[in-house]
Amino acid sequence: MRKRNFFYLLILGLLAIFMVACSAADNAANATDPEEAAATEESDSNEESEEDTIKVGILHSLSGTMAISETSVQQAELLAIEEINEDGGVLGKQLEPVIEDGASDWPTFAEKANKLLQQDEVATIFGGWTSASRKAMLPVVEEHNGLLFYPVQYEGMEASPNIFYTGAAPNQQIVPAVDWLLENRGDSFFLLGSDYVFPRTANAAIRAQLDNEGAELVGEEYTPLGHTDYNTVIAKIKNENPDVIFNTLNGDSNVAFFKQLKDAGITSDDITVLSVSVAEEEIKGIGADVIEGHLTSWNYYQTTDTPENEEFVANYQEEYGEDAVTADPIEAGYFGVYLWAQAVEEAGTTDVDEVREAAKGISYEAPNGTVTIDGDNQHVYKTVRIGEVQSDGMISELWQTEEPVKPDPYLDEYDWASDLSESLAE
Amino acid sequence: MQNTIYQKIWSQRVILNLIFLLLLAAPLFLSDFRLNLLGKFLAFAILAIGLDLLWGYTGVLSLGHGIFFGLGAYCMAMYLKLEATGGGLPDFMAWSGMSELPLIWIPFQYPIVAIILGILLPAIIAFMLGYLTFRNRISGVYFTILSQALVLVVVTLFVGSQNLTGGSSGLTNFNTFFGFSVNSATTQTAFYIITVIVLGLVFFLSRKLVKGRFGKILVGIRDGENRMRFLGYSPSAYKTFIYTLSAAIAGLAGMLFVLQVGIISPTMIGIIPSIEMVLWVALGGRGTLIGPVIGAVLVNAAKTGFSESYPDIWTYFLGLLFVLVVVFLPKGITGLFEKWNDRRKKQDVSSSVEVEKSYS
Amino acid sequence: MNEIILTLFNGVSLGSILLLIALGLAITFGLMNVINMAHGELIMIGAYITYVIQNIFINYAPPEYFDLYFIISIPVALVVAAGIGMLLEVSLIRHLYKRPLDSLLATWGVGLILQQTARSIFGAPNVGVTSPSFLSGGLEVGSLILPYSRLFILGLSIVCLFSIFYYFYRTASGRRVRAVMQNRQMAECLGVSTRKVDMLTFAIGSGFAGVAGCALTLLGAIGPTIGTSYIIDAFMVVVVGGVGALFGAVSGAFGIGILNTVFEYVTNATLGKVLIFIVIIAFLQWRPSGLVMSRSRSLD
Repeated sequence: MRKRNFFYLLILGLLAIFMVACSAADNAANATDPEEAAATEESDSNEESEEDTIKVGILHSLSGTMAISETSVQQAELLAIEEINEDGGVLGKQLEPVIEDGASDWPTFAEKANKLLQQDEVATIFGGWTSASRKAMLPVVEEHNGLLFYPVQYEGMEASPNIFYTGAAPNQQIVPAVDWLLENRGDSFFLLGSDYVFPRTANAAIRAQLDNEGAELVGEEYTPLGHTDYNTVIAKIKNENPDVIFNTLNGDSNVAFFKQLKDAGITSDDITVLSVSVAEEEIKGIGADVIEGHLTSWNYYQTTDTPENEEFVANYQEEYGEDAVTADPIEAGYFGVYLWAQAVEEAGTTDVDEVREAAKGISYEAPNGTVTIDGDNQHVYKTVRIGEVQSDGMISELWQTEEPVKPDPYLDEYDWASDLSESLAE
Repeated sequence: MQNTIYQKIWSQRVILNLIFLLLLAAPLFLSDFRLNLLGKFLAFAILAIGLDLLWGYTGVLSLGHGIFFGLGAYCMAMYLKLEATGGGLPDFMAWSGMSELPLIWIPFQYPIVAIILGILLPAIIAFMLGYLTFRNRISGVYFTILSQALVLVVVTLFVGSQNLTGGSSGLTNFNTFFGFSVNSATTQTAFYIITVIVLGLVFFLSRKLVKGRFGKILVGIRDGENRMRFLGYSPSAYKTFIYTLSAAIAGLAGMLFVLQVGIISPTMIGIIPSIEMVLWVALGGRGTLIGPVIGAVLVNAAKTGFSESYPDIWTYFLGLLFVLVVVFLPKGITGLFEKWNDRRKKQDVSSSVEVEKSYS
Repeated sequence: MNEIILTLFNGVSLGSILLLIALGLAITFGLMNVINMAHGELIMIGAYITYVIQNIFINYAPPEYFDLYFIISIPVALVVAAGIGMLLEVSLIRHLYKRPLDSLLATWGVGLILQQTARSIFGAPNVGVTSPSFLSGGLEVGSLILPYSRLFILGLSIVCLFSIFYYFYRTASGRRVRAVMQNRQMAECLGVSTRKVDMLTFAIGSGFAGVAGCALTLLGAIGPTIGTSYIIDAFMVVVVGGVGALFGAVSGAFGIGILNTVFEYVTNATLGKVLIFIVIIAFLQWRPSGLVMSRSRSLD
């Protein structure tokens, strides 16, 4: 039996060492003992510490299925941080990014957000892509009163005091897109989406809107995430022969869908597909020849004509290669960093409550135009743009709103959406 | 003489108790965040013990334990979600156009029912599948693949019925458990202590189970199923029982996971996590009980550590770790120590060793 | 009537895709009992090879020959994937033949490493491959359009199937492989180098994964994680068909393909997927060793 005992003893020893080491590491990080650390947790430690850098967390999926989209946003955020640092940083301090991998797994997002806030005590987190990842981080940032800048368009129905939403709310992307389609492309719609929260919620709103406009909904299909065979869905679409397919598919599925749609002999002349999750970067993966002529609805395109954008695209391509393309979420991640930096400068501190207060109503000249934070719901005013995919993979603008649209995550402004939002008003 | 004293003081039981006590005392050393992580790892360790009973002792490899873990977790999460909404409709149901609480959610208003169902539901499903499968003598690789098919069915259903399960986002944003705030440090410490105690209990009971005659039969089935059959045992009954038991343990682990992590989503119960669970057991050492515990804690600690230090390239390390362990340590980490001890013993030839040999 | 024909065609087409991704696995898993979880990543490698060759053509070849890249990709993907498979066999799988379930774990690790390697080389986002012009469009049959790309994959899977059949049943080398798989000791006694045979067999299985990857660029995305979306389907095909039976895989693939399409057409994609897997579970209860059972007197 002795050999066994020795082994168990070893485990015991290792465990003890592990714990002591961990607690020592924690102590070193806090530079106080645990009880004191707990006591000072209330106030923001960055402010008091003598360090000459401000830590900010970057939390995107660098591995797993979502890495295809999220790595570029991470790159844009790092670019913004680098630029800010070259200009002297924030409050005279350099920004120090702490990068974590959410690994396309929502509980991991929660764990890493916890780590960034509790252990690294970052001033803010930039991160997330899927709604699920945001919903996983939400209770964490609320519990520890942290900040999260979330850069992707989403289904709305949320306004956390600890999250700034720099992507589009539904009324800044989906609602105007449906209006535009009804006016320009016809009134029989087919809704196609991946089977998860964003498409289902977005489509619920679209159904109400179509109903209100007297338009016809001829079909609605959801495919599991990662679905690769669209033959049957396309057969169903052919049967219904709609004017417009409103596409909320996610990620890889778009590639399969568009390739197979083209193979089935359906071009943009027959049926227009408008996508809300396909931007320049996704087009590279789909192939411009396949998706050419179809439409997208975003707030920003690489071709958007502003001096800020020219500079942004040039800097991005200098950093990440000639072939790198920019896209809406990339841009939203980029200007999110600037918005935060500006709010911190305004507040004179990185304290979350003061930054939140200072952020109300501040504007920034982003590549897509002027963005302004709406103090009520912490979304931003953004210009809506409908674009058409060109043969070179770029998107050319067909239409844009005259001025930035006020964000309305709960669609309060629309009578037809009252059923959707009232249950959440409580 | 010395050896016997040494043996008395450091008998296995004493050391196990010490490890147990040290884990119990961990809240004194660790920060809230690290404690929470350790608690999560220990919840995984509970599952790993159950999986090892099935794989290490009975020789049935299931790549579908994620769903049992998930069922337990969802049961608990449904209760927590209803607590958070104060009996109202959870937000995702409202978006999905539901107006009242669906029938299957109603039992989860009561925490006791939720806890019981969290263990019972996985057990029932495992029993049904196990009964059919083992009776039809589906074994080895076929069972493994079959369990994967089951995972796909369950995950697709969970993601697809957004109005009932929250879809791919899963369930999160909880407030209270039995009236205590789930996010406060004190409650989290309490959850941690509960997890350690449950781990201790599961470990102790499993030890009882495998040390006795029952355990011998299981190993017999693993090593020669047909011989056991010819001896008059019914392997399928034993297998079904262990499969059911291990599913129930997985459900238990899932409940503890949700309490500490505060979220459950289909990404946690799919194919990939199910395979990872098996890797914990393999890495720690199958066919021992302490092995899976070490494996679960170590793999997850490594995962967390690697990904914190090298967020861009940590999957290289993880992949390499799996390959190296499987090739060089077929019996896992516990196997390594046994081998090392054997060698040490050979060099250290003395009479006491021989005496010991006759004991073991 | 049209609908029925179209659904049938779609089912057969899905079946041919499944067959193509499962053929390699039917060899490595079916014949050799190696649970190669990195099979999906070998498919990914095939897809990336197509991408690389396409880029070479864009940069160095005259535009009028562009379409040739696809024709060249197929053999190159076969050879490269086979080479990587061979490397894998020599360095890793060889040590695990007696522990099939361990091979599952180790190759899972290999899969992780290959995914990350692809991410490091080609970047995390998906890359695009332009389908050759001769495969765009479709064959018009009455009012139906049967896409050329799907017909091509159907043809390719049949060609692959027959070349595998020819190799295993009509050549001396293939006969040796079967001999080793059926009775290793006996084959060894008769002077067959089982080591060489193992290596060759695994390489062939891997090579066909590469071909599948090449063909899949016509239909889907090319990214580091595409392997994971095909691997489970491939295993199902082999298990339903019967491990060890090449023609079992054929019936498994087309059975699953057609049923899945019908389910999906009648219900929706999510429910269709659930139903097909429930059918697979139920089916295995009925025929535990798959459609085509390999006869053996051994008990365990």
